[in-house]
Amino acid sequence: MRPNLRLSRKSIIKHIVLVLLCFVYILPLYSLVLAAFRPGRDLLRYGITMQTLIPTGMNFATVKGLYTIREGIYFIWFKNSLLLLVLQASLALFFSSFVAYGLSVYRFKGKKAVTTLVIFLMLVPIQILILPLYKLMITISLMDTFWGVFLPMIVSPFAIFFFKQYIDGIPRDLIDAGRVDGLNEYAIFFRIVVPIMPPAFSAMAIFMSMQSWNNFLWPLIVLRSGTKFTLPIGLNTLLTPYNSAYDLLLIGALAATLPIIIVFIFFQRYFIAGLTSGGVKG
Amino acid sequence: MKLKQTIGTSRITPYVFIFPFIASFLIFYLYPIISTFIMGFQLVYPGQVEFIGLENYRKLNNPEFKVALKNSFRYTVYTITLLIPLPLLLSVWLNSGNKTVNTIYRSILYVPTLISVVVAGTIMRLLFASSNRSIVNTIAIALGAEPRQWLLGGPSQAMILLLILALWRWVGVNIIYFLSGLQAIPDELYEAADIDGASPLQKLWRITIPLVKNTTIFVTTISIFGGLAMFEESYILWAGTASPNNAGLTIVGYLYKKGFQEGEMGMTSAIGIVLLLIVFTLNTTFLKTFGFFDTEGRQK
Repeated sequence: MRPNLRLSRKSIIKHIVLVLLCFVYILPLYSLVLAAFRPGRDLLRYGITMQTLIPTGMNFATVKGLYTIREGIYFIWFKNSLLLLVLQASLALFFSSFVAYGLSVYRFKGKKAVTTLVIFLMLVPIQILILPLYKLMITISLMDTFWGVFLPMIVSPFAIFFFKQYIDGIPRDLIDAGRVDGLNEYAIFFRIVVPIMPPAFSAMAIFMSMQSWNNFLWPLIVLRSGTKFTLPIGLNTLLTPYNSAYDLLLIGALAATLPIIIVFIFFQRYFIAGLTSGGVKG
Repeated sequence: MKLKQTIGTSRITPYVFIFPFIASFLIFYLYPIISTFIMGFQLVYPGQVEFIGLENYRKLNNPEFKVALKNSFRYTVYTITLLIPLPLLLSVWLNSGNKTVNTIYRSILYVPTLISVVVAGTIMRLLFASSNRSIVNTIAIALGAEPRQWLLGGPSQAMILLLILALWRWVGVNIIYFLSGLQAIPDELYEAADIDGASPLQKLWRITIPLVKNTTIFVTTISIFGGLAMFEESYILWAGTASPNNAGLTIVGYLYKKGFQEGEMGMTSAIGIVLLLIVFTLNTTFLKTFGFFDTEGRQK
C-alpha cells in the first residue's frame, strides 16, 4: 500500500510540473495566434499584454493584410519559400543518399578519409564560411538567385551520415542478389536500395524541409530583391527597431508557422526519426 | 570475391557515387576555407589586395571583439549548463508512465523547435516589450519587482533574454536525443537495481547517467557548436541593429558586422578562422577525451 501511495504522489508532482512547463512552452505560440488578430499599433506600443491573451475582441480582418499590404508580396514570399523547400529538399535527398550508398557499400581507396571528412564537416559552422561563399556567389553570378541559396546546401554532411547509417543496416545479400540478376551498380541503387529507403527518406525530407523553410542567415545574404525573398527574410524586413510593421508581421508569422505545426501533428514520428539517426543512440 | 569481380569491371563506380560530395566539398567548403585563410593575411580593397601578415589578427585585439568573445563563450557555457541536465531529467520522466500522455508532453515541448528564429524572436520582443503593460512586465509588477526595459538593459539582461529564447527553442530537441538514448538502456538493469533496493536517485546516478554518456557527448558537441556560432537570435531580438553596449554581440555577429556592414574582408576572414579554430579545438578535444572517435571507428 504505502509504496504505491508514495509513487502516485510522486507522479502527481511530475504531472503538475510537466503541465506547468507545457503551459509556459505553449504560451508564446498562443500569444502569437491571438496577437495576429490585433491592431499593429497597439502591439507596437504595448507589446503583448494580458488583454492580448484574452480571446475576445479579435479582429479577423487582419488576415486581409496578407493580400493587401505591399500588393500581396506576402504570397510571393510564401511561394518562394515553398519552391526553395521543394528544390533544396529533393536535391539534398537525392545527392546525399547517392553519396551515402557509395560510402556504405564499397571498399575503395580513400573511403576512410572521406567518411571522416563527412563527420568533420558536420562540425564546421556554416556561419564562418558566409563571407567567402558570398564572394564566390558574386564571382559565379548567383547572387539574388534561388540557385545561390540552395546549391551550397544540397550535399549535406548530416544527411549523408544519416543515410549511410541506414544503408549500413541493409542486408548485403539484397545487393548481391541484384548483381546476380545482372543489374549494374546504379540500377542496384535506384531499383533495389532506394525502394526500401522510404522511412529514411521521409525522416530526412522533413528535416531538410524544416531547415529550408526556416533558413535565415544564408538567404539573408544571397537574396537582395523583395520579390525573391523567402518568408523569414521578408518577415525580417518588417522588423525594424522602433517602427515595426506588426500588422503584417504577426499575421504573416502565424501564416508561416501554422503549416509546419500542422505537418508536425500528422507526421510526428518522421520529425523524431530525422533527429535520432543511428549514430547517437546509447 | 564476388564484390571484386563486379567492381573490377568499373573501378570508378564508388567514386562516381561519392563525386557529388567531393565536388561540393571542394567548391563550398575547401575553397571558402582556403580563401578565408588567405584573406585573413590580406588587406582587401575593391580590385586589389595587399599582404599584411598578422595585422588583421592583431586588430582583433580590440574591446568590441573581446565583448563578442565573452558573450559567445558565456552563452555557450550557460546553454550547456541548462540544456543538458534539464532535458535529461525531463526525458527520464517522459520515459516512464503513460505513453500517450508522455507523447503529448513531448510534442508540446518540441513545437517551439519548429518555429523560425524570426518568428520566435518577434514573439519574444513583444512578450518582453518595454511598456509597463507587456506581459512580462505585468508579471514582474505583480511579483513586486520593477518593470524593465528588457531589450535595452545591460549585458546580464541581454544574456537572460537569449537564454530564455534558447531554453524555449531547444529543450524539446534535446529531450528527443536523450529519450532515444534512454530507450537503448535495457530494462533488466533497472529491474536488477530494484531487486537490490536502489533508490531512484541511485538509479539515475549509477545507471541512467553513465549509460546515456554518448548522447550527452553528442548533445554537448552540438551545443558548443551552436552556442559559439549563435547570431540569428540576437540579430532578431535587437531587430538587426546593435544592441545597447553590444550586450547581445556575438562572434558571428561581429563577423557579420565587419564583413557585411563595414566591408572589412580581411578582418572578417580573421574572425572566421579564429572561430573555426575554437570550435574545432573544443570539439575534437572533447570528442577525443570521451572516446567518441573510437565508437565511430567501428564502421566496416
